[in-house]
Formats: sequence, C-alpha cells, structure tokens
Amino acid sequence: MPTVSMTVNGQAVSADVDARTLLVEYVREHLRLTGTHVGCDTSQCGACVVHLNGRAVKSCTTLAAQCEGAEVTTIEGLANGDDLHPMQEAFRENHGLQCGFCTPGMIMAAVDIVNRHGNDVDEQTIREELEGNLCRCTGYHNIVKSISAGAESMGS
Amino acid sequence: MSDNGIGARVTRVEDKRFITGGGHYTDDLNRAGQTYAYFLRSPHAHANVKGIDASGALAMAGVHAVLTGDDLAADEIGPLPCGWMIHSKDGSPMVTPGHPVLAQGKVRYVGDPVAVVIADTLGLAKEAAEAVSVDYEELAPVIDLESAKTAALVHDEAAANTAFEWELGDKAATQAAFDSAHHVTTLELSNNRLVPNAIEPRAAVAEYDAGLDRYTLWTTSQNPHVARLVMSAFLNIAPEHKLRVIAPDVGGGFGSKIYVYPEETVCVWASRKVKRPIRWTADRTESFLTDAHARDHVTTAEMALDEKGKILGLRVKTLANVGGYMNLFASSVPTYLYATLLSGQYNIQNIYAEVDAIYTTTTPVDAYRGAGRPEATFVVERLMEVSAREMGIDPATLRKRNFIKSFPHQTPVIMAYDAGDFDAVINKALEIADYKGFGKRKRESAKKGKLRGIGFSNYIEACGIAPSQAVGSLGAGVGLWESAEVRVNPVGTVEILTGAHTHGQGHETTFAQLVVDRLGIPFENVSIVHGDTDKVQFGMGTYGSRSGPVGMSAISKALDKVIDKGKKIAAHLLEAAEADIEFADGNFTVSGTDKAIDWTSLALGAYVAHGFPPQEIEPGLKETSFYDPTNFTFPSGCHICEVEVDPDTGVTDIISWTAVDDFGVVINPMIVEGQVHGGIAQGVGQAMLECAHYDEDGQLLTGSYMDYTMPRADNLPSFKIGTTVTECPSNPIGMKGCGEAGAIGSPPALINAITDAIGSEDLAMPATSESVWQALQTSALKQAAE
Repeated sequence: MPTVSMTVNGQAVSADVDARTLLVEYVREHLRLTGTHVGCDTSQCGACVVHLNGRAVKSCTTLAAQCEGAEVTTIEGLANGDDLHPMQEAFRENHGLQCGFCTPGMIMAAVDIVNRHGNDVDEQTIREELEGNLCRCTGYHNIVKSISAGAESMGS
Repeated sequence: MSDNGIGARVTRVEDKRFITGGGHYTDDLNRAGQTYAYFLRSPHAHANVKGIDASGALAMAGVHAVLTGDDLAADEIGPLPCGWMIHSKDGSPMVTPGHPVLAQGKVRYVGDPVAVVIADTLGLAKEAAEAVSVDYEELAPVIDLESAKTAALVHDEAAANTAFEWELGDKAATQAAFDSAHHVTTLELSNNRLVPNAIEPRAAVAEYDAGLDRYTLWTTSQNPHVARLVMSAFLNIAPEHKLRVIAPDVGGGFGSKIYVYPEETVCVWASRKVKRPIRWTADRTESFLTDAHARDHVTTAEMALDEKGKILGLRVKTLANVGGYMNLFASSVPTYLYATLLSGQYNIQNIYAEVDAIYTTTTPVDAYRGAGRPEATFVVERLMEVSAREMGIDPATLRKRNFIKSFPHQTPVIMAYDAGDFDAVINKALEIADYKGFGKRKRESAKKGKLRGIGFSNYIEACGIAPSQAVGSLGAGVGLWESAEVRVNPVGTVEILTGAHTHGQGHETTFAQLVVDRLGIPFENVSIVHGDTDKVQFGMGTYGSRSGPVGMSAISKALDKVIDKGKKIAAHLLEAAEADIEFADGNFTVSGTDKAIDWTSLALGAYVAHGFPPQEIEPGLKETSFYDPTNFTFPSGCHICEVEVDPDTGVTDIISWTAVDDFGVVINPMIVEGQVHGGIAQGVGQAMLECAHYDEDGQLLTGSYMDYTMPRADNLPSFKIGTTVTECPSNPIGMKGCGEAGAIGSPPALINAITDAIGSEDLAMPATSESVWQALQTSALKQAAE
C-alpha cells in the first residue's frame, strides 16, 4: 500500500492506504476527522467539500494519492483555535443550518466563493455558486443570507 | 419576555458543534472490531427467488457471513409490520401480506434486499456480494398505478393488487349537493412520487455484548423508542430491556427515518451471529431505492358550487400507490391524514372521499413531510383556483366567501377545527404580496415578452399528532402522547429528558426557551437529553409537527409539577403556608412579604432534605409527565406565489413568494421561519423539479442526484414570511406546530401561478420547463397570441 503524506489543518500527516482511497476516506477513516461528510456518490451534494491548496474540492471524488504533499483544510481546521471563522459565525448568527449535515461542506464552499468573488458578492452569484451544494432543510434562504453576512465580515 | 424565553430569536445551542465539524452522526462512530454489512438487492422489480448460492463468497478470507431470508425465518425474525389498520368500505380489514426483512421466495421492487454480506471491510463485502449468485425467475412488473388492478399479482393474498377500498363522508348527501349545483369543477390530478432525500443517508452501527446479553443499535432514527418497540414487540429481535437504541445527531428525516427498515434490523440481529459490531451506511442510490417514497396519488376531484360561488360539495376518487409492501404507517397517509383535510379552510357541508390503496412493484410509499395533507391541499386549492377562473370570480374573493368564520368548527370529515382566523391570514398575505399591484407587474412582464402569473394556496393541516384515543379509534396501533422528565440537579441546573427527537428542528434551543421562560433560570443552565432509550424512558419521537404541541406540552406539565413540589418545599423552608407561596422569575416568595428563597437554594434544599418532613415530602426534585393531547392542532396559512414564464422555452422563474402562517404561539421566530423556508423549498421541489420515474420494467430512472432534480439555491427566491396568531386552545402552550406547513401549502400556489401565467390548467407536477412549454402549445393564450 502506498504511503500518502500531506498537511491537514496545519499538521503533517501520513498513512499507508489503498491506492483507491479517496480523500474523504483518508480524512474520515484514517485521521478520524468526521466533520467532512458523504451525502452522495456522484459529486452533487457537496457535503464533502474541503480546501485543497486553498481551493474548494469535493473530497469524495479526489484520490488521497492526488493530494501527496498538499495542504488540506477541513471544517475542523477553519477556526483559529476558539475563535470561529467569520463564515462559521455568520452561519450561526443567521440560522444558516438546521440538521447540520450539509453545513461543513456548505461553509467550506462559502469561504471559497468569497475568496473568488470578493466580499461584496451578490445574492444571485451566491445562489449560482451553490449549484454543487445541496441542503434539504433550509430552503437556502438563510444559507444565502449567512454567506452574504460572512463575506462582509471576512473583509472587515 | 426574557431575552431567551418564549418568543425570542435565540441563536441555536446545537450550532456550535455543527459549524465546527463536531457533530456526532451515526456514520462518524467507530467500534473496536467492527465489520461492514453490504446488502445484495434485487435487480428486478418482480421475480421469484429460486435459490441463493453464497459458497463462493463464504470461501473468501475476511467474510464473516452471508445471511438470507431463510436465516431470519429460522430465528423467527420479522415480518416488518404496518401499524395502522384500515377497513374497506365493506367492513373487511386491509390486506397486508407480510413484509419479510430479507426476501423470502419473492422480490417486489428493484432494491428489495435479498441477502447481506458481512466482512472485515466494505470493499471486501462488496466484492463478496458479487460472488453470491441468486437465481431469479422474472415475473411481470406492475408499475402503472391506473392499470395495476388488472395486472399480475404482487401478493397472492391481495386480489386486484388492492390493499383496501376505503371511504369517508356521506356519499348520498354529497351526490345531492352536486345534483343541485350551479357549477361543477372537475380536475384530474396526479400527486407525483417523491424521494425524501435527507442529505445524511440512513446508517446503522450494531453491537451485541455477550457478557450483558444486550444489543446496542446506533441509527438514523426520528423515533428511537418506536424503533426499539417494533424490534422488540413485532420483529422478535430482543425484549426492550435487552436492546438499547441510540439516535445521535441525525442529518434530516422528513419522515423517511420514522420507519424500521430491513437494514438496521439485520445489523442488530446479525451482530450476535458474527460476534462483532456491524456497521452499514446507505450510499445515495440505496437511499433512492429503499428509503420510503412519498405521495403518488392519482385523483379525480370535483367541487360543486352555487351561483355565488358558495361551495356545496366536494368529492374525490383517489388511487394511492403503496408500492411493494405496506410500510409502517403507509395505510394512514392516504386515508386519515388525507381525506380528513378535504374541507380546507372552507365551510363545506358535504364531502365524500374514496381511496383505493394499490400494490405495485415499486419502493414502498409512506409518510414524508406533510403526509397526506399536501395531497389534500393540492386537491382543494387547485379546485378553488380553477373554480374561481371558470366562474370569473377573483380567487381571493372566492376563498373569503367560503371561509369558516367561527370556531370550533366540525367538518363533515372527522376534524373539529379549534381556532383560526383565515381572513386575517389572507389579508396580511395580500398586503405583503402587493396583490393590488399585480396587474401592473403583469403588464411590465408582457413588455419583456414574459407571461406573469399569480397563484394562491390557503392550507389548513392537522398536526401535533395526536390524541391517542382518537387515533386508536381510527385504527392506529399506538398511542401518540409524548413524555418528558424534568431533572433538577442539586445546584439548580436542569436536564430535560424528552421522547421527541431533534434532527434539524432545534429542540435543544426551543425546549430550553420554554424552561427558561417558566423557571427564570439562566439559559446555559438547561440541557436537553433525547435520542437514547437508556436515558429517556419512552417517547413517540418526532414527526407530524408534534414535538412542539405535544412534546413541549409534556415538558410544560412536568414543569408544573416541579414548581408545585418546589412550593411545598419552600413553604417549609420559609415557614409559611403553601397557599401563600408564589413562584416567579426564579424565586419562591411568601405572598405579601419579603421572605424568599431563590431557585438554586431551593434545589439544594430539596436534595439536602433537612428542612421538610420526609413523611410528607420526598427528597429530590424530579418530575415526569406523559402528555396526551386533547385534539389535533390546526395550523393554517396562505401562500401567494408569483412567476414569470418564458413562452419560448417554458422556463419558469419564481419572482416572489409570500407565506403567512398562523402557528399559534411561536417559541422562536427564527427557527419557525427556517422551518417554513425549508418546507416551501420541498414544496417547490415537488411542484416543478422532483419526480421518481420508473421505466416499464420497474427500474428507477431517477436513482441519483444526476437524475432526480433536487431544489438548488438558484431555483428559489428569498421568501417573504409573515405570521398571525390565534392561540391553540388544545394545549397548555397555545402552539400549533410548524414543521410541515411549508411543504403542505406551497405546491398548489406554484401550480396555480404557472397555470395562471400560461392560461392552461393542463399541467401536472412537476411543472418542468418542458411540460410548461408543452402545456403552452395547446393553451388558448398561446393561440390568441398567434
């Protein structure tokens, strides 16, 4: 079995894994970071979104071996110690989650949306950018509101 | 109102763990020595199983077992029950042949589990499953609902594939009303089959402790006690004291996680056989194939009106597809949860409903957000809108003309509405939606080449299920009370044990708000305990928007008892008469004096037990309530939807959505609005995006997110939400429940808006761009334009 090494949430990690191991399996099963979720088999739902070298990717369709030497951030690594990331805070303040299952992927995607579109990203752009993230609870209303608010506080 | 009490927009306690990745969902759990289950499923809609050869799989290293229906039969496990008896109009009981946990001799839908492979890894279990050979003898599939009565038999016991032919209401009186009518509106309606699609797939982790002779099941359940009851009393897994069921964080349910399914049953049973913990998590295609589906009605609906638009009668004939087996609560959904709401918000004296429940070789159908009430609302509100159009009456006016104005109101279909103010609701909605300005907006759209339409839906629903005796008289096999235990610790902190289960609804926050409001203690001193049969003695779980009106009422009753006992203790500690003790803002005081003892000191006093006679008062401070409601609750509301349709493509944009609801007393407006938003999104999904399609062989064509259209953020607008309040007189809090209303009220509003825009009523759900375009091709509007 190949050894795959990367940096996850600022820590160097290494594991011997099957060549077919997906990044989501690597973080959930080998690192026991279970905040990243699997909601589908076809890269549609986005519950598994993590940051790979600063860009949002779906970890259910990324091989762990592709991430050799990479910097990976999962939902567990987004806050700065006890200080929540502004996007996490915005989701809480704006009731941007209900059951919480899609939330880690939603927040990781949201940060990436702001990184690419800026702190004044508009509602329509947010809605279009959420094409790859499904939520069954919120009707997206408060997710969109959360991302707008989070975008603003990320810039302040 | 305190900052954190009833009515406050308190941000949620549970969010901290979810936004940091610290949730504890079933699939997050790992047990030492765990193995993995993989289910071998039928690739055929309908077939005899002639034999199963697992020898190749069993020879593989790391494979612990391959188990089949025969193994379950040998241990006398199963069958899966249906918990609600329905009688046909001739008085005969419904025909519900057994639902084996794993197929026994026959499969009845694609995905029907045939065998389970248990192995050291999931990959190995899948590989071993490929080495199991099943000899199928294919039979004719039964897919089309309308021809199913004359198709091959799904169950030999159920003639004409019919489980029951049920009726409700007065047939002759309704016929007489139609005979005297000035106008009759008739619609052929289908209520499309949906797949619930909680984003967390179903999962189970099961473990047998041989030393204790005890099972533990962690599972994605909305009602862990009901799951344990079914497994104990009906499936013969283990008696209740030998089975612990834990439903930890659960990622959405919407009804689909009420039921006991084959997979978790097999995991529990097999964990003893293989002497290792077993875990199973559905992949998304398994969820599509095996989570109980929803809706799937075909209905002929008629409404009779006099010359002024007063409704004289309403009549439906419905075929309800129940799929391959009668699921746990499937029989109640198209009957008592459907036809009892056919009076809507209107004073209709004559209603008659006939419902035939039909077996087909498709996934079983059961309750999904709204369960029967969306189907009823779709019938009533499509009839209202079309009647208004046919008679040339403004749709809001026609509704107002027929509203029930005084309460209580007994409908001819069992329900006795206890409170409401439908004029207040629609008037507020008309104002928020700027109904007066619609004509101008329609002209502006026309200038852009777009067709603008507006649609109404005034729903009422029955939730907070339910009075045990009432549902018992209608065939339910269980009582639908809820339990609560209030544990006051010696330091004054409070733990609430509830039989309700939260899987997105925010109980850890709203239930604590009630406690804070009643006891006047700090919010952070309250915690909510739920979802574990070893902690909470019993409970009926969360569905039917019952956690507030039933679950919180139980908490309220238990709090009353705690306060009463606190007063008794305070009387001794303050050397006063019990009748003189008052409790407010966290202090027990002697009326008219400055003598007082605060909550924390009282709690400590209850446990120290130095200050009162034990023969009169027991030490400690802990009380329990089992609350059984006296009536259903009746939330009502009005949805107004405005759309723009592109006539060249059929593409429909939802321009605005207004929802005004009367939920009675609201505990946390932020959470209630969130429930409405999510419900509307599911209703919009049903009305224009979602549908489970089978081909003629019974293969599910929509078995993944690549084929089944889930609502996405860019399909929806931001919603305009309002509330009005009439307090519910049937429970101590005055609340009605809000969990399903959005999904119940919204589909007809959208279809009414699109049909208004395109000038054709010939439009089925889901109203995809293609079907809207097709409907436009025959519409008078289109022909007039050309």
